[in-house]
Amino acid sequence: MVKLTKRIGGLVLRLAAFGAALAALIVMVTSRERASFFAVSLEAKYTDMAAFKYFVIANAVVSVYSFLVLFLPKESLLWKFVVVLDLVMTMLLTSSLSAALAVAQVGKKGNANAGWLPICGQVPKFCDQITGALIAGFVALVLYVLLLLYSLHSVVDPFLLQKS
Amino acid sequence: MAVSKLALPATSGKSCKILLGLRLLALSATLSAAIVMGLNKETKTFVVGKVGNTPIQATFTAKFDHTPAFVFFVVANAMVSFHNLLMIALQIFGGKMEFTGFRLLSVAILDMLNVTLISAAANAAAFMAEVGKNGNKHARWDKICDRFATYCDHGAGALIAAFAGVILMLIISAASISRLVQPNKCCSTTASPSVVP
Repeated sequence: MVKLTKRIGGLVLRLAAFGAALAALIVMVTSRERASFFAVSLEAKYTDMAAFKYFVIANAVVSVYSFLVLFLPKESLLWKFVVVLDLVMTMLLTSSLSAALAVAQVGKKGNANAGWLPICGQVPKFCDQITGALIAGFVALVLYVLLLLYSLHSVVDPFLLQKS
Repeated sequence: MAVSKLALPATSGKSCKILLGLRLLALSATLSAAIVMGLNKETKTFVVGKVGNTPIQATFTAKFDHTPAFVFFVVANAMVSFHNLLMIALQIFGGKMEFTGFRLLSVAILDMLNVTLISAAANAAAFMAEVGKNGNKHARWDKICDRFATYCDHGAGALIAAFAGVILMLIISAASISRLVQPNKCCSTTASPSVVP
């Protein structure tokens, strides 16, 4: 009974992580805004920054991986491999999130010492959607850290964790 | 069935020495990355205009703490090198300590967390450095590496050291996890795990 609850909990976690990564991916891909100031019209898309492209690619990889692991049977020998892959996916998620966050912070606040002006004043809707995508990415990261601990717990002999 | 606590002494076997060597390498990589980026500073004077016939000069400084991503880079590398130092000290001086199940698990979990931390820091700094090196014409951000070449070079060196640290920490974390699954791997053949009923 306990094992069934644990397995369902793990499946729910993975489904939630898949949903969060997919949401981050979709929100960032559909963020696009055209603004014109003075005589210049500029269009802000997510492909303008390399960090956002990396974010989209990383979340796509994580979504596909989560979707595939959802269908892994319980007695499969691949669960030991899933622990390592979960660690790799967590690394991907955290690195892409922090890179996108670093660039988005410069876009919002600018960098006075380098003479970089913030762009969120001109394209506020684009900035809001990027913020939403980053929040979804953060949720996916937290869920993946929990998933990593869960797969570690289900692979390692559970008696090793009990303190008597 | 009684709960068995698998207690194994932390002896020095061959794979233990390899793990120790890897941790030393990771310590040196992350520590050097933190130090090089922390001391990264360049001051230059430029001519910004002319008043009549005399040129006006202004002094500009490029420091690592102008960019929050680099501050995070330095702090995270310092934290990871401290973690490695702690683990090395544990392995060298904790010779008589028994590695019970919870201690092995906490080492594995800490290693995993530090892998994610250092990969986040290295990537954030890498993408910020890419913006600084190539600029961004969509956002109208000028590149700064053509004017502050030494600053960019030092930053690049620190980044390379940090990425070496990422790879090393990944290998170390994989070794810690495999120690959890097969507890006999790190110990020598003379030591035998004692199962306490």
